Amino acid sequence: MITGTFEYHQPESLPAAVTLLSQLGDEARVIAGGHSLIPMMKLRLATPEHLIDLQAIDTLKSISIDGGSVRVGAMVTQSDLITHEALFTAAPIVRETALQIADPQVRYMGTIGGNVANGDPGNDMPALMQCLDATFTLVGPDGERTVAAREFYEAAYFTARDDLEILTEVSFSACTGGYAYEKQKRKIGDYATAAAAVLLTKNADGCSHAAIALTNLADTPIYCEDASQQLMTHGVSDSSIRDAVTSAMGQIDPVDDNRGPAEFKKHAAAIILDRAIRNAWARA
Amino acid sequence: MSKKNITLSVNGQTHTTEAEPRELLIHVLREQLEITGPHIGCETSHCGACTVEIDGRSVKSCTLFAVQAQGKEITTIEGLGNPDKLHVLQEKFKEHHGLQCGYCTPGMITRAHRLLEENPNPTEEDVRFGIAGNLCRCTGYQNIVKAVMAAAEELNQPEAVA
Repeated sequence: MITGTFEYHQPESLPAAVTLLSQLGDEARVIAGGHSLIPMMKLRLATPEHLIDLQAIDTLKSISIDGGSVRVGAMVTQSDLITHEALFTAAPIVRETALQIADPQVRYMGTIGGNVANGDPGNDMPALMQCLDATFTLVGPDGERTVAAREFYEAAYFTARDDLEILTEVSFSACTGGYAYEKQKRKIGDYATAAAAVLLTKNADGCSHAAIALTNLADTPIYCEDASQQLMTHGVSDSSIRDAVTSAMGQIDPVDDNRGPAEFKKHAAAIILDRAIRNAWARA
Repeated sequence: MSKKNITLSVNGQTHTTEAEPRELLIHVLREQLEITGPHIGCETSHCGACTVEIDGRSVKSCTLFAVQAQGKEITTIEGLGNPDKLHVLQEKFKEHHGLQCGYCTPGMITRAHRLLEENPNPTEEDVRFGIAGNLCRCTGYQNIVKAVMAAAEELNQPEAVA
């Protein structure tokens, strides 16, 4: 499994990387952990003529938590996300999700930036980012801009990121209420057959905040706004969970593939979401 | 495509070689440096037979270009033990029959080594989760898990007083 030929670049700073990407244009691809891109290059599904490796840019490797605001650099690995105690305190759902991605070796290399920027519907972080209502920072030749995660995904592998932009940071608010990331997969390390990210906050009147998002059940991650609203309006009960699941299932559009026929995936998705809501509520 | 000079520190020894950017680390290790402990299994990031340690991380060396490892400290199974002085993990794999054909073993032990560095007192579940990136088609894993647990226990014994 040999990739196509390419020239390799390892800029030392973000401005240098942005300049290089602007010069090389769409013949170039940015590489972070490489654990999605290199397999795609081996299959010749990606044939970049230039690779711009971000590994030397230390400014993209930090996690900062300031009050209720969390900022994670694009080159932070899944392993870093799992072992960072302050991040676990601020947003425990991140560790729960990262632990369900691939296997240990892949988690040492795979990054949050690569996972969210790639646009693969099988990646787990994009749905989590919908759930967290995260914001992505993009830096390009015209400067910096931010895009809401919920606006970022257009179709499989198509996102709001311009070819000349680099996704540099993910930010979101701390969320210390109930949480769950539930994932059905054929075997450990696999992409989801169906997965659900759920955040629920309990107050005296019921459920003050709910956010639900789904992985690998359409060509983009799905934020289930109506289902989330139903739990906030009616509280969390057997009947409201049933209604929320029904609503969410109306939004999915899985396809037949080697993880099973679409009907099976719909069946699995409903069970996984029901389980995620109940688990999150029990922790709220 | 022009070759690049690459300097790698493997098992404490510095090697300088040339490689095309598209050459995977596993190929450079095996074919140029003749360090053949890490094996090529699936070459698709699944099986873990090619696992090496790079700067304190277990890495599948089939999913990294050698140029990306420029200047890094790499440890392979050859750096853990040798026939005259086996590493505790190697001893325990032998003792507990943690291998049959042996193909996955270098990657398995290299991964287990890092796991025990990070978690010296793992539960059986920790071991199973920690080696989930390494496939074995012979053993059914039972004896591999036993061997890793036994190695952890031995490594945790206080040094015998001479």
